[in-house]
Amino acid sequence: MPTEILMPALSPTMEEGKLARWLVKEGDSVTSGDIIAEIETDKATMEVEAVDEGTVASIAIAEGTEGVKVNTVIAVLAADGEDASAVSAAPVAAETEPAAQALSQEPAPAAAPAVLSAVTAPDPEIPEGTEMVEMTVREALNSAMAEEMRRDETVFLMGEEVAEYQGAYKISQGLLEEFGDKRIIDTPITEHGFTGIAVGAAFGGLKPIVEFMTWNFAMQAIDHIINSAAKTLYMSGGQMGAQMVFRGANGAAARVGAQHSQDYASWYAHVPGLKVVMPYSAADAKGLLKAAIRDPNPVIFLENEILYGRKFEVPKVDDWVVPIGRARIARAGSDVTIVSWGMGMSYSMEAAEKLASDGIEAEVIDLRSLRPMDIPTVLESVRKTNRCVTVEEAWPVCSVGSEVAAQIMTHAFDYLDAPVARVNGKDVPMPYAANLEKLALPNVDEVIEAAKSVLYR
Amino acid sequence: MAKAAKKTSGASGKAASASAKSNSTFSKDEDLKAYEDMLLIRRFEEKAGQLYGMGHIGGFCHLYIGQEAVVVGMDMAMVEGDQMITSYRDHGHMLACGMDPKGVMAELTGRQGGYSRGKGGSMHMFSREKEFYGGHGIVGAQVPLGAGLAFANKYKENGKVSAAYFGEGATNQGQVYETFNMASLWKLPVIFVIENNGYAMGTAVKRSAAMAEQLFNRGSVYGIPGEQVDGMDVRAVKEAADKATEHCRSGKGPYILEMKTYRYRGHSMSDPAKYRSRDEVQKMREEHDPIEQVKRRLSSDHGIDDDDLKSIDARIRKIVTEAADFAQADALPDPKELWTDIYVDA
Repeated sequence: MPTEILMPALSPTMEEGKLARWLVKEGDSVTSGDIIAEIETDKATMEVEAVDEGTVASIAIAEGTEGVKVNTVIAVLAADGEDASAVSAAPVAAETEPAAQALSQEPAPAAAPAVLSAVTAPDPEIPEGTEMVEMTVREALNSAMAEEMRRDETVFLMGEEVAEYQGAYKISQGLLEEFGDKRIIDTPITEHGFTGIAVGAAFGGLKPIVEFMTWNFAMQAIDHIINSAAKTLYMSGGQMGAQMVFRGANGAAARVGAQHSQDYASWYAHVPGLKVVMPYSAADAKGLLKAAIRDPNPVIFLENEILYGRKFEVPKVDDWVVPIGRARIARAGSDVTIVSWGMGMSYSMEAAEKLASDGIEAEVIDLRSLRPMDIPTVLESVRKTNRCVTVEEAWPVCSVGSEVAAQIMTHAFDYLDAPVARVNGKDVPMPYAANLEKLALPNVDEVIEAAKSVLYR
Repeated sequence: MAKAAKKTSGASGKAASASAKSNSTFSKDEDLKAYEDMLLIRRFEEKAGQLYGMGHIGGFCHLYIGQEAVVVGMDMAMVEGDQMITSYRDHGHMLACGMDPKGVMAELTGRQGGYSRGKGGSMHMFSREKEFYGGHGIVGAQVPLGAGLAFANKYKENGKVSAAYFGEGATNQGQVYETFNMASLWKLPVIFVIENNGYAMGTAVKRSAAMAEQLFNRGSVYGIPGEQVDGMDVRAVKEAADKATEHCRSGKGPYILEMKTYRYRGHSMSDPAKYRSRDEVQKMREEHDPIEQVKRRLSSDHGIDDDDLKSIDARIRKIVTEAADFAQADALPDPKELWTDIYVDA
């Protein structure tokens, strides 16, 4: 069989080119790898190599010809033993259609699943008479990790100062003593590197918990979080992913300035393949961290330094796990819906109490999970109150609140009696001066004002 | 090309005097295996280049032609359960570890029978079964990932070794040195295989790397022994790989192998090749081709005649042709695939 040599595409966008020069002539024998011609495109001159072996039977396109379409037969090669002179070039385009054309005949891609949220299961029921114990968020996170490490030997914790120092914020206090240095691992200050190693360890079947001292430092590591952890399941056609948790303090602390005070919630909530959790209470911190460690996907777990020392009631049950993807109604009300998460809940709950003294009953929803986001619970509330305010410390542009507002507009537009109002941190890098920092963050009065504005009061 | 191997001792951190080129000899079976494995990669890549030219393969496509001895020699030293991870120039690695050429080619054409069901492409393919962990498109990212595989091996005490391949261009990425530090500190059983083909895209190594002739030495301050190897000689590669795997398996920590190799083709398909001369490429092909070296030995030392070689060639061509036919005939992924494999059900 003679082999047709086609005009090759030498870049993803090339459609035609100039056949600048032939380096072989009819009758020459070629072996694979031999350079046979030069082609010019608008970008560059490139060489064409022979793929097959044989004798050049005919050259169909003369050198110097411009505008030669990709896949045109430019020469014909006779195989060993064939009569080269009997083979003639067919100066027509090859029968093979470029794959791109085949694609255009494909039906439109399937529509996205209609419901963007993934409500999984209800909160575990707390049996009547269950004892509630007071616990700080710090203790809740610590006990969640300890319980999961007792349960599963492949779970380990790595990060800066997690072992001998007992945790920069004491979240890992006592874990080195219980689990030893094989499973509680102090890393050098090298976020990019140790995050990559942790993702590799997850590929290898372990379940790492990566502690970032704060999420500000995870910007060094964000390539591995997104390109290596979040996308691999998809890129491998479902063969392998990264079961792991990335956790640490997120958002503003107090007077630590612009580089240590950023809220990354919307950055990570943007990324398919990640789950993103941002608890407020100790019960949710414990139950969601246990769920995150067990979840077969990479989970971003956003904590808050100021909340670490706050006390909340936690049910005293053997295995307290809170499902990822489900919001919690933290306060019932009928006049206005306040949607918040993480530290924003602190302002929201206080504002709701003050609003009540003005005769306004706010329903406060703690989203808890930002991806997947429990939009049905938000919609159900908004259909009742017809008004909504979102509250978060993050910058306003492309914030999580923007997404909540968009979802409400899409799915409950006709129920709204006022535009959704957003309370955010101000659109500035965090200042150091005490008075300026206070101005940069949201406050209770701003939440009250926003609630009243959507009530036209 | 390295005429002589150079070494550093991790302990001293000094470059030792150059030692002689590999004297190891291959048995007939070893030479035959090396020849067939390398030839499969060569023919597969030539076909991939052709399919790219015809528009059947899209996007970026980085061919391995010229570098075949590196991955084939390394693979001959690995045992079942050992792992491999590399950059986007990954087709050769997948064929060397036994992945099905049809599945690899079908991924290149973006078909449902591809290893990632058409969702990964040339740069993103994986095989849990063959312990191949990708296929990574961010230069240098596979280095800590490969060390992480070694971390898991050490944690599980399973005696396995991982090999993290990266180009000499990646040796200038910061995360490589973060990884060297931790791999040495934690004695991780990982072989860092630098595939030094001389050019990071179009930038010659001498224009991008300080002490460019000593990349094998870049782990020395972390106490990682390193060695420069003639990456065009599959026997030299295998010999160095044996030593490195033994070092890792015995609990001594990581090892660096700098493979001096050469790619005949461009960085990717759209490479104007203005940064090097045609003579340079031609000289390398004629004097150092890894496949021709073995082919000569098969004839002169092992009594394989031309007919035998032709039948090997025909068999390999058939495998590649069948892979290409499959990759063009196979269906495109179902549109529903757009929405699958984003999350594992919890």
